Amino acid sequence: MALLQVENARFSYDKKTEALKGVSFSAEKGDYLAIIGHNGSGKSTLARLINGLLTPSGGTVTVDGISSVDKEKCFQLRKRVGVVFQNPDNGIIASIVEDDVAFGPENLGVPREEIGERIDFALKAVGMEEYRKSSPARLSGGQKQRVAIAGVLALKPEILVLDESTAMLDPKGRKEILSVVKKLNEEQGVTVIAITHYMEEAAEARDIIVMSDGEIVMRGSPEEIFLKGAELKKYGLELPYPAYVAEKLKEKGVPIDGVVLTREALAEKLEKLCE
Amino acid sequence: MRITTENLSYSYGENDKTLRVKALSGVSVTVNEGEFFGIIGQTGSGKSTFVFHLNGLIRVQKGCGAVYVGDYDLTDKKCDFKSLRAKVGMVFQYPEYQLFAETVRDDVAFGLKNFFPGLSDKERAEKVRRAIETVGLDYAKVAEKSPFELSGGQKRRAAIAGVIVTEPEILVLDEPAAGLDPVGKREFMNLVHALHGKFVKTVVIVSHDMNLVSENCTRAAVFSHGEIIKTGTPKEIFADERTLENTGLDLPVTAFLEKRLKEKGVYIDSDLTIKDFTDKFAEKFAGVKKQ
Repeated sequence: MALLQVENARFSYDKKTEALKGVSFSAEKGDYLAIIGHNGSGKSTLARLINGLLTPSGGTVTVDGISSVDKEKCFQLRKRVGVVFQNPDNGIIASIVEDDVAFGPENLGVPREEIGERIDFALKAVGMEEYRKSSPARLSGGQKQRVAIAGVLALKPEILVLDESTAMLDPKGRKEILSVVKKLNEEQGVTVIAITHYMEEAAEARDIIVMSDGEIVMRGSPEEIFLKGAELKKYGLELPYPAYVAEKLKEKGVPIDGVVLTREALAEKLEKLCE
Repeated sequence: MRITTENLSYSYGENDKTLRVKALSGVSVTVNEGEFFGIIGQTGSGKSTFVFHLNGLIRVQKGCGAVYVGDYDLTDKKCDFKSLRAKVGMVFQYPEYQLFAETVRDDVAFGLKNFFPGLSDKERAEKVRRAIETVGLDYAKVAEKSPFELSGGQKRRAAIAGVIVTEPEILVLDEPAAGLDPVGKREFMNLVHALHGKFVKTVVIVSHDMNLVSENCTRAAVFSHGEIIKTGTPKEIFADERTLENTGLDLPVTAFLEKRLKEKGVYIDSDLTIKDFTDKFAEKFAGVKKQ
């Protein structure tokens, strides 16, 4: 069985409309999956189902063989899935950075000396080690978000869910978070599920799931997904910026073949054309 | 109305020296009427503190410079902040969090009641209707609804209706597109441009999205550690790599491509909008092909 198994999951907030209308997908250990979709497509609901914050009204969500419907084991499930939300202000609770990062492991009963190590590791991973003794209230939005991510990393989750966690960061902060996430995925085999509105970020994943109106409407590699610009548009999405520029160039008679996902790849193609 | 700040500084925690944090230091800048002005810089560089000064949400501290908006002197104790705020509309990050009233109509009407208490009910109703329609919402459908029943995109529009209902001449937007999906983001920017063609004469926009800046702004200012380290057109700003290196910003895609091509001896001199860049590259390419 896959590490994460979502089978025909349904969810409704108000019983009238379904936020999720039977979603099925799985993720193996070490996967890096991006979920994209228009506002209200059900992405964030799905994130909350994955860590048992919400339980499906139909279907199942299983992590490492533990079903989220099983109330007694739900805590076990949450230990394995860490979620970082969009607004760091909603996730920070302590008055000193290191206390905030320690909150999770302390609750799990991690021994004192190991907590110290975990704080070191987590703050270093997000580049905030020099703020260890600072007050989160005095940090900027991007810095706070990095602390929030550190708080999740300190739990050593098997699955890291990022629910638009970079939406409020500046380009540098965003790059830092992305490289931290990539490193955790590649070096430590952490399974990453990144929900994002930034198509460039989705292009970094190995696999992309496209959601629309509570359903999964596309799944494939970034190349496969972004080849279908017209279909994406129908779902309220667009091409990553470099791919969009490439499309415009094609319209103006510049021969560019294939999908161009990164600015580097586009620069190389344009350089060749001018040789 | 022109915006001018002279040597503007600001410290948080003013009363306690040990807690004092300098957020702005010596910021002098002029934004002319008609501009679409970008404010860029790392998180914590002072961008929000700066824009909050523009309608007196943050008051100029004593001996910390000056802010002028049109004829308003914001350091003057007698400055009429109420009428200023009707003219300088401010849209924050996640503006939908500002919604509070029972119906969309009441929410939008709130500012109007405060700023122009003398309006007749009829005049007020008309202005509210116009504002709701201007942001692209269907008045008949949403006016009586609770703002919390609206979808995310609609909520944001409703919140903006509450800001533009006073028909501000200056619209200040602090990261307004964060959290919107790509199409929502584009529609939102189209709305800002549409407003800019109406009563809004000047737009000041804080953004982390360099593509948005190069695509929309006439000029921009780069903030770093509370200071403005560069002001200019997107072209001028993104040509200055040394400045950008230390500010945590990256290049818009067009500027990145121009830079890479320049290193190969191919000069594309666009204004960094996608349209101009692709036009000029296509032209250059046609020339290369002929040879």
